[in-house]
Amino acid sequence: MKKFIANTEIDVNDEGYLTDFSQWNKDIGNELAKEQEIEMTDKHWEVIDYIHDKYKNEEPLSIRGIKKSGVINIKEFYALFPAGPLKKATLIAGIPKPKSCI
Amino acid sequence: MKNLVILGAGTSGTMMSNHLVSKLPKKDWKITVIDQYKTHYYQPGFLFLPFDIYTTKQVKKKGKKFIPKHVNYIQEKIELIVPENNQVKLESGTTLNYDILIIATGTKIAPDEIEGMNGPEWHKSVFDFYTYEGAKALRNKLRDWKGGKLVVHITEMPIKCPVAPLEFAFLADSYFKNKGMRDKVDITYVTPLGGAFTKPKATEALHYLLEEKNIKEVTDFNIERVDYENNKIIDYADTEVEYDLLVTVPTNMGDALIERSGMGDDLNFVPTHKATLQTKDYENIFAIGDATNLPASKAGSVAHFEAEILTENILRFIEGEPLKEEFDGHANCFIETGNGKALLIDFNYTHEPVEGTFPFPGVGPLKLLKESRTNHMGKMAFRWIYWNMLIKGIHIPFVSATMSEKGKEFEKTT
Repeated sequence: MKKFIANTEIDVNDEGYLTDFSQWNKDIGNELAKEQEIEMTDKHWEVIDYIHDKYKNEEPLSIRGIKKSGVINIKEFYALFPAGPLKKATLIAGIPKPKSCI
Repeated sequence: MKNLVILGAGTSGTMMSNHLVSKLPKKDWKITVIDQYKTHYYQPGFLFLPFDIYTTKQVKKKGKKFIPKHVNYIQEKIELIVPENNQVKLESGTTLNYDILIIATGTKIAPDEIEGMNGPEWHKSVFDFYTYEGAKALRNKLRDWKGGKLVVHITEMPIKCPVAPLEFAFLADSYFKNKGMRDKVDITYVTPLGGAFTKPKATEALHYLLEEKNIKEVTDFNIERVDYENNKIIDYADTEVEYDLLVTVPTNMGDALIERSGMGDDLNFVPTHKATLQTKDYENIFAIGDATNLPASKAGSVAHFEAEILTENILRFIEGEPLKEEFDGHANCFIETGNGKALLIDFNYTHEPVEGTFPFPGVGPLKLLKESRTNHMGKMAFRWIYWNMLIKGIHIPFVSATMSEKGKEFEKTT
């Protein structure tokens, strides 16, 4: 479905995740974060950059990966993106949430 | 004489030795397979062992039976891969040279990665079923378990056979019903993902299974530790889930050999091109099956499809031709739903599992993403296919290495 955000039209799925990463930009990320009641800081963006790197290399995202990333520890990750940090961080980053095969 | 060396004699390594022995000229190529273990396990059977559906004898055979006669089979621990010198070092000190190397060392559970998991309660009230030992210990436990809170848990992704824990929960429901004690067992499914089902079509088509079987879901649970003294698992958000019997899928990691050789990612999986199966760092090293970091499912069916394409790419590599970028992440899995029924899913890197018929469009006889008894019979028949066709590298009729889009209902997928 279509969504209008940060003066741009984007395509999202039922849960609000972007279906086409090429439509993403930082302004959209900011607005998506606001909808999750998250005010983005430099630390938030560092995490988003890390997530984008993993996504581009097609590496799976996990809490363990975050722990080893050197960007942030897990408690901080939960503090930045409360309640389901991977779900929220991927939504803001404009990429699909971590999935299994079914 | 040139040397092709295969590391690992599991599903992938055994298949590759069978494929290549008939394709590489014997006067030019010597094929060697190295694996320290004598037993070849039918790993899908580990799901059935705890419920006394399969016996221990049905899930293991001597590995040697399946390695072709003309292949040099070495049963020894591999110490190191030295890709700069094109060498493999064995524990005894022997060094083997290779022209082409195939890494098929699979994945293992790593319960030490979570505090308290591999502790005093391991295989007492905390079990895995991804190893022969774990599945057998769990069978013995279930035989006289009096009931309580059963927690089926995934530590983190990726894991081998991502649907197995869900199947375990479904089969547990049937098992306790048949024993007349379902009312004494509370089943909870705990996952680090957003749900037991994560793909839109599958969620829509299958979520009823959880309600029908009264299986509770705890989602987005990222385990920090097992508190085995107080029988609970605790996640990073301090959420707690209590258990009497914890059946967990620990972190899955590639073999320690990959780490020792400095060839893996964080989880010891080998970075591999997802369409050609050539490793990213060395052009004469290929990887297959669970050992790779491919964004495909870690499953025997995936290894089977990869093997057909890898065989062709090895031949192309030898001839100096460009590799075929053909592997599409194809997986084909039966999913037991209990009570003599099963589902079938067929998918790849880009297409999620959808409804339809398989392998003949519009005919079946197998139904995709729907429960049926025929699917269950397919899963049961598969054990025979595995031992007699699949690992021997015999093509399974009507099932192609790349996914077919025919007979499927795709309308909404992306």
